[in-house]
Amino acid sequence: MSIATARRSRAFGRMGPGERISRYALLILVLLVSIGPFLWQLSTSLKSTDEDIYTKIPQFWPSHPTLDNYARVMDAIPVWQFIGNSLFVAAFAVGGNVIFSTLAGFALSRLRFRGRRIVIGLFLATLILPGEATIIANYVTVRSVGLADTLLGVALPGMIATLNVLLMYNAFRGLPDAIDEAAVIDGANALQRFWNVSLPSVGGTVAVIAIFSFIGAWDDFLWPLIVLTSPDQFTLTIGLQYLSGTFSSDQRLIAAGSMIAFIPIAIVFAVLQRFFFKGVEEGGVKG
Amino acid sequence: MSVTGFPAAGQKPAAGRRDPHPETVAVVAPHLARRPRTGGVSTTRWFTPWLLLAPALIWLLVFSIWPSLNTIRMSFTNAKPLGGAERFVGLRNFIDILGDDQVVGALLNSVVFMVVCLPLLTILPLFIALLVEKKLPGIAFFRTAFYTPVIASAVVVALIWTFMLDDRGLVNGLAEALGILKEPLPFLTDRWLIIISAVSLVVWKGLGYYMIIYLAALGNVGRDLHEAAAMDGAGAFRRFLVVTLPAVRGAMLLIAILVCIAALRVFSEVYVMTGGTGGAGGEAMTMVMLIQQYSRGFTGDLGYASALSILMFFVTLVPMLILARINSRSDA
Repeated sequence: MSIATARRSRAFGRMGPGERISRYALLILVLLVSIGPFLWQLSTSLKSTDEDIYTKIPQFWPSHPTLDNYARVMDAIPVWQFIGNSLFVAAFAVGGNVIFSTLAGFALSRLRFRGRRIVIGLFLATLILPGEATIIANYVTVRSVGLADTLLGVALPGMIATLNVLLMYNAFRGLPDAIDEAAVIDGANALQRFWNVSLPSVGGTVAVIAIFSFIGAWDDFLWPLIVLTSPDQFTLTIGLQYLSGTFSSDQRLIAAGSMIAFIPIAIVFAVLQRFFFKGVEEGGVKG
Repeated sequence: MSVTGFPAAGQKPAAGRRDPHPETVAVVAPHLARRPRTGGVSTTRWFTPWLLLAPALIWLLVFSIWPSLNTIRMSFTNAKPLGGAERFVGLRNFIDILGDDQVVGALLNSVVFMVVCLPLLTILPLFIALLVEKKLPGIAFFRTAFYTPVIASAVVVALIWTFMLDDRGLVNGLAEALGILKEPLPFLTDRWLIIISAVSLVVWKGLGYYMIIYLAALGNVGRDLHEAAAMDGAGAFRRFLVVTLPAVRGAMLLIAILVCIAALRVFSEVYVMTGGTGGAGGEAMTMVMLIQQYSRGFTGDLGYASALSILMFFVTLVPMLILARINSRSDA
């Protein structure tokens, strides 16, 4: 008995100092691999033009840190305009996905009506379509309504993603039926039930959708690359590719440009990561 | 919209939101007895659900279903990116694909991508998930940091790696300094090294994503199972085999399929690393790069790009069918 308890506490009580140390050692190793490249790029972006960035022994600390490269990027490309363009597209993506996939997911899971199963099947069926397989036809659609080479053309198709509708469907379905019945007895109509009863319980999933819609729109490359041709319409990722094509010999400049694209998204995620991991626990990722 | 609260019940959400028992509501709100019954959950007018669904359904029709049909239609034409007359060309595009070396090369690249990514991205993230699963001080920081590559744009990440993999870059520099390499490896110009470089980038960027899926699956493993196994004298490795692995089997399968599909969809990484060229002679092109290339300009051909899209759809269908097959077999 006492042997079993001792073994049990060794395995499941506090972990021993040996295990603790080796765990932290591994954690730090993975940390270096996962954020090391970002730090290296940050360091390069802060190195002055006098400093050799190709030294045989890598210099992680800039000898004379300077923001000069950032100023040069802003001279080379209209960074603020690109940021504005990216934000415009991201605003559509976040607003559209949060509002409309929540409404649709609610209708599919909390209301009974004829044809519900067919609609769910339709949403599920389109999940197997890789976005790249319909990207040409989507471009033709956008072009035919005169939105080629416009930011609205970039923003529109991504406003309601099938996956998000299904994520919301899943989240709402997890709530017990009884809460609806109670609200109905209280005389609440569908919209009131949506707003007061169901929505407050799925905040985590809504947060995941909002975060991912923003990140997805901000990071997207292929679709804006196909739709946009005029430099004044470029989103930040396209602008960055343009920058690296034009100034490929100056890695400091490219490093500064990529940091300009990366830092905002890193901040957004750092601030909201609490909601993100909470949403993951709610089941927002497994779909 | 007057959806600020329940019209009659002053005690509003508290009764409805947390309490799963409707009987309690009747006790808390006796005035309901006087209200005419409207009959179960289906008090809704018939059009309410359709109203709520309308935007999502319209988007589904316009941006998923219609383009699928239109892709099929266009694949039989010679539609051009810059407009102009469109002609029916029958199976010409599909026949051309069969004889197109670039397409064969792109499919080969996809297979290499899959074969290398699959083991790495199904196994490594599991170990990382096990590492961050334990509640240690600062673990939230590590989780967030490990997830950082996922949230960064593929373009940003590809630019970072392009610099690191340059002939004079960090990787070659370190390898030479440590005496591993005599001469720099041409990571960004050699036909196969480009693919391997892009694979390492995709793996590095994917670790955090699949880690999260494993983390969610690990959350469902009962602690008592581990304890029971430990009491039976199972060591850490044995517990991993008999408790952890079976518990994450479903997640592992899902991840394997997701990795296969992701490998077939690679675009930005190779595009940025090769400056849009796909290496010398475009030999390192991926399927999506080909589709993108044919979508633009005077040399573009939307008909051909559509035929390529259809080919790509069927190729991504293969791993999904395998998943469905395995799933149905394990249910039986």
